[in-house]
Amino acid sequence: MSCSRRKLLKSALSASVAASLPLSAFRFLSPAECKAATGTEGTRWGFLVDTNKCVGCGFCVKACKKENEVPYDAPVTRTWVERYVVTKDSKTHIDSPMGGRDGFTDPKIRGEEIAPADIAKTFFVPKLCNQCENPACVQVCPVGATYQTGDGVVLVDRKWCIGCGYCIMACPYGVRFFHPVHKVAEKCTFCYHRISNGQQTACVDACSFGARQIGNLLDQNDPVTKIIMTERVAVLKDEYGTKPQVFYLGLDRNVR
Amino acid sequence: MKNHVLRPLWCVLAAIALTLIVRHFMVPADFGVNGESFTYSYHRLSNVDEWRDFKAKYKGREYCQECHEENVAETSSSKHQLIQCENCHGPAIDHPDDPETLAIDTSRELCLRCHASLPYPDNPRSRIKAIDPNRHNTDTACIECHNPHNPNLEEG
Ligand code: HEC
Ligand code: HEC
Ligand code: HEC
Ligand code: HEC
Repeated sequence: MSCSRRKLLKSALSASVAASLPLSAFRFLSPAECKAATGTEGTRWGFLVDTNKCVGCGFCVKACKKENEVPYDAPVTRTWVERYVVTKDSKTHIDSPMGGRDGFTDPKIRGEEIAPADIAKTFFVPKLCNQCENPACVQVCPVGATYQTGDGVVLVDRKWCIGCGYCIMACPYGVRFFHPVHKVAEKCTFCYHRISNGQQTACVDACSFGARQIGNLLDQNDPVTKIIMTERVAVLKDEYGTKPQVFYLGLDRNVR
Repeated sequence: MKNHVLRPLWCVLAAIALTLIVRHFMVPADFGVNGESFTYSYHRLSNVDEWRDFKAKYKGREYCQECHEENVAETSSSKHQLIQCENCHGPAIDHPDDPETLAIDTSRELCLRCHASLPYPDNPRSRIKAIDPNRHNTDTACIECHNPHNPNLEEG
């Protein structure tokens, strides 16, 4: 076996490089460590609503309003619950009194009595901002007051908003409204102050039945991500191309 | 060149200069494209931290446990174990400093959110025992007969 000078120098060099590599370069980082090291990078907040579980108690709406200082008795809310009653003649009856804040305690829908024998199916659908990947509301803002954060949440800069209302008109889901106190555009923030500090959103915490969940879509081991990847989920108004990040289990075609 | 041509020109230039100067002082340094796209990330960066620093008001059951151990223990082994304390008692915020005590809602409406009967056999609501609020012991608060922390029909 012969060894040329070039070959010897080469192997000597690679050996010294390999030896100088610290062992820590090969350590696996836990997902939390990765997240801490990269800030919002590696996080994409997604929401899962299981309409099969919602009983229409309205505690999520109450919690959202109190947590986020949305005037309690004003007819505006960041999240709400709709009741759908489909009768056997294929008519759909929908209501959401005060956004469902006080729950659904009356079988009457908008004052209309529906005979139990006529009911084909019923369900409650919680709604909130879809935190779209392509948010139409952000595109139309003339002053750069509303924007998408690195982890995918659409926020409104209250100091910058001029209250023109374009975004309120642009949202296909009607989740934006005019804040009666701050006089600016207002919307669901996925409780950004809670999720960025390791908590759940107020509505997720308030739900006793697991109808609402939030998770990181970029984390393959996140229970929410797993469900979205492996089960049949739907989004609202897919045809608008806004790419909603709120996913629904058990969504009926009557829900718009 | 004639004065009457130059004068408006100076005015226009002065106006532009003024706008730029005002803009320089009015627009914060962190305003701009803070992200990948001009369309979605054009904003004032410090606003993200302003939202992060918003005060959380709901504390969760673990917090109540520190002082109301008995109530937590009672509730967590009851049929109401899934219900968060603050759903019924309101957000704790800085309780017991501010507010010193949480209001107690003794209304029937609180319970009817889940227990008012609706004729929806296919709905998850029907898994919760229901009563007709207009017939079930009207005019009396539910908690006169039922323990909100540990409802139990067997005990009566
Ligand atoms: C640091 C201790 C502490 C914590 C934590 C705490 N409390 Fe209290 N709580 C008190 C004190 C002290 C009072 C006043 C007792 C009184 O006036 O009789 C009180 C009063 C109350 C009352 C009214 C009792 C009455 O008889 O009027 C309610 C309801 C209540 N707390 C609920 C909660 C809930 C729900 C939580 C969790 C979110 C919580 N507390 C967390 C100390 C605490
Ligand atoms: C289903 C609604 C509900 C839930 C959930 C609930 N409470 Fe209550 N709580 C009530 C009502 C109603 C009263 C008033 C009882 C009375 O006056 O007899 C009360 C009374 C209290 C009181 C004061 C009187 C007492 O019984 O000691 C405290 C303290 C309290 N709750 C703490 C808690 C804590 C802590 C939790 C969470 C583990 C909790 N509650 C969960 C409805 C609820
Ligand atoms: C968030 C929804 C919710 C609210 C609000 C609520 N409950 Fe319940 N309640 C339940 C669930 C879930 C059960 C367990 C399922 C069942 O047995 O019905 C239950 C069970 C009961 C039972 C039957 C216990 C048994 O032995 O079977 C009674 C009685 C009761 N609750 C009374 C009340 C009263 C009184 C209030 C108001 C202070 C109240 N509930 C508020 C969800 C709720
Ligand atoms: C005067 C006492 C009294 C009052 C007030 C009262 N209940 Fe009851 N409740 C009872 C008794 C006794 C039973 C068990 C016998 C029965 O089913 O009627 C019962 C049963 C129930 C059940 C179980 C029904 C079933 O199908 O087994 C629920 C749920 C319930 N009550 C909820 C409530 C709610 C909610 C309120 C307030 C709106 C309320 N109760 C007010 C005495 C009372």
